[in-house]
Amino acid sequence: MLKDITLGQYFPGDTIVHRLDPRTKLILTMVYITALFMANVLPAFLLMIIVLMTCLALSKIKAKTALKGIKPVVFILVFMTLLNIFFYGGDTILIQFYVIVITKEGILRAVYMAVRLIMLIVGSFLLTYTTSPIALTDGIEKLLNPLKKLKAPVHELAMMMSIALRFIPTLIEETDKIMSAQKSRGADFESGGLVKRAKAILPIIIPLFISAFRRADELAIAMESRCYHGGEGRTRMKEIKTSGIDYAAYAFAGIIVASIILLRRTGLWMI
Amino acid sequence: MERIIINLKTRFFTMDSIIRTEKLYFSYDADVASVVLNGIDLEIEKGTFVAVLGHNGSGKSTLAKHFNALLLPQGGHVYVGGIDTANEELLLEIRRRVGMVFQNPDNQIVATVVEEDVAFAPENLGYPSHEIRERVDEALKMVNMYEYRQHAPHLLSGGQKQRVAIAGVLAMNPQCIVFDEPTAMLDPQGRESTIKTIRELRDKHGVTIVLITHHMEEAIDADRVIVMSEGKIVIDAAPRDVFYNVTVLKNAGLSVPETVQIIHELQDDGFSIDTKALTIEECAKAIFEALK
Repeated sequence: MLKDITLGQYFPGDTIVHRLDPRTKLILTMVYITALFMANVLPAFLLMIIVLMTCLALSKIKAKTALKGIKPVVFILVFMTLLNIFFYGGDTILIQFYVIVITKEGILRAVYMAVRLIMLIVGSFLLTYTTSPIALTDGIEKLLNPLKKLKAPVHELAMMMSIALRFIPTLIEETDKIMSAQKSRGADFESGGLVKRAKAILPIIIPLFISAFRRADELAIAMESRCYHGGEGRTRMKEIKTSGIDYAAYAFAGIIVASIILLRRTGLWMI
Repeated sequence: MERIIINLKTRFFTMDSIIRTEKLYFSYDADVASVVLNGIDLEIEKGTFVAVLGHNGSGKSTLAKHFNALLLPQGGHVYVGGIDTANEELLLEIRRRVGMVFQNPDNQIVATVVEEDVAFAPENLGYPSHEIRERVDEALKMVNMYEYRQHAPHLLSGGQKQRVAIAGVLAMNPQCIVFDEPTAMLDPQGRESTIKTIRELRDKHGVTIVLITHHMEEAIDADRVIVMSEGKIVIDAAPRDVFYNVTVLKNAGLSVPETVQIIHELQDDGFSIDTKALTIEECAKAIFEALK
C-alpha cells in the first residue's frame, strides 16, 4: 500500500522536455497554472488542452502514467463535481425531483471544473516526471537565490528538500518493516473505528521517529566528513544552464498567454 | 639490503606517517569513570593497512572519529600529515586527506542518483564541474560501480551501496580512508565484495587503510593489528603475532579467527604443531604436516 506514493517520481528520458532547464520548467509550470485559471472562454480552454497534450506527447510520458497522479484526489474530484451539479444553479432546468434541481449550467460547470483540476494536477506532475529531484531542487535554489540577500536560508532549504526526497524510499521500506514486526506481535491495523486505527498507528510512528533521528545524526556526521560546510564555495557537477530550447519554450509560452488574453477579450462561449 | 633501507626510511622519516596521536585523551562525560580514550600514542604510516580490533565500548570508533577531526581531543594531540586536527582553519584539508566510511550505507548516501552522491564531496570542496566529472568517473571505476552511475541508491544491494559510499570518499582523493565497521550491516556477499574493494585500494592505489572491525577474519590481511581495550592499546603487532596471543585477546573480550582456534585446540590436545598459520590454506597445510 505504501508503494503507491508517486510523490516526486521521476521517469528518466532524453526528450526536449527533459532537457529543459529546471528553472524554465518551474517558471512555465507556474505560468501554465495561471493561464489555466485565466482561460474562461471555451476556445482558450481548448487551447490549454492542446498545450498540455503537446507537452505530454513531447515528453513521451504515457497517458496512463500521467493520469496516475490523479488517484489520490479522486475523492475530492467526485465531491466537487457533485456539488457543482446540484448546487450551481442556473436557468435551464433539465431534471427536477423534489429539492434536487439539475441544470445545464451546473453540469457544464462541473465538467469544466473537473477537467481544469485534472489538467492542473497532470500539468504539475509533468514537472516532477521529467525533472530529476536534484535538478528540481537545484532549480528552486537558483530561482530563490536573490532571497539570499535577505538572509533567507535558500541553500539549506534546497538541501533539506533533496535529503527528504532521498530518504522517502528508505523510510517507506522501514515503515513496511516496522508494520510487519508489529503485526507479527499481534498488532491490528485494519479493523476498528477511526480512533482505534489512529491509536494503532502509534506503535509505527514512534519507532520510525526514533530511527529517523538516529539516521539524521549519522547522516550529518557522514556529510561533515565529506567536507560539507554549507552552500558557500560549493560548486556543482552538473551546472544548470539556459539554452536555445529554453528561449524557444518561453517564446511559445508567451504566444499562448497572449492568445488566451485575446480570446478572453472576445468573450465568446463564456464558461 | 633493500629491506634495511626501507626500515631506515620508516624509522627516521616520521614525515611518512599520515596519522599520529600523542597522549590522546577523551571522555564523553566530565565523569572520570567514563574515560573513553586514555592516553593513546599511535603512528600510522602511509600506504599501510592497519586493522583496529576491540569489543563494543573499547573506544575504537571514538578513536576513529579523532582521525578526521569529527571529535577533538580533550588531552593530547592528533596530527594528520603534520597538521594538528585542532586547527580549525585547515579543517577541510584534514577531512579531504582522511576520508571516512561508516557502518550503515543508507545513512551516508545523500543524493538520489549514484553519480550525484559521489560528486557530493568534490562539490563541497568547490572543484570546477569538469574536474568533478573526472573524479566521479574515476572513483566509480575504482570500486567497480561505474555501470551503476545512473541508478537510484535505494535499489542497490547493501554491498553495492557501501561501495558507492567508498567511491564518495575516494572522489576527494584522500591519502587515507578510515573504515568504521563497514561490513557490520552487510550480508556475507556484500561483506566479501567490500573487503575485496578495500584491499584493492591499498594494493593498486596505495591508499592508507584503517579498518575498524570486530570480524577477526577481516584483520588477517592487515599489515598491522591494533587491539584496544578500555580505552588503551593492548597489542600492536603483525596479525600473526596478535592472533597467536590467545590469552591477551580473550582478556580483551575478543575471539580469535577460526583457523587459529583450531590450531590452538589441537596444540592443547597435545599435537605438536609449530605454526602461526592464519589463512585457511596455511592452516590446512600445517595440520596435514602434523598428521603425516
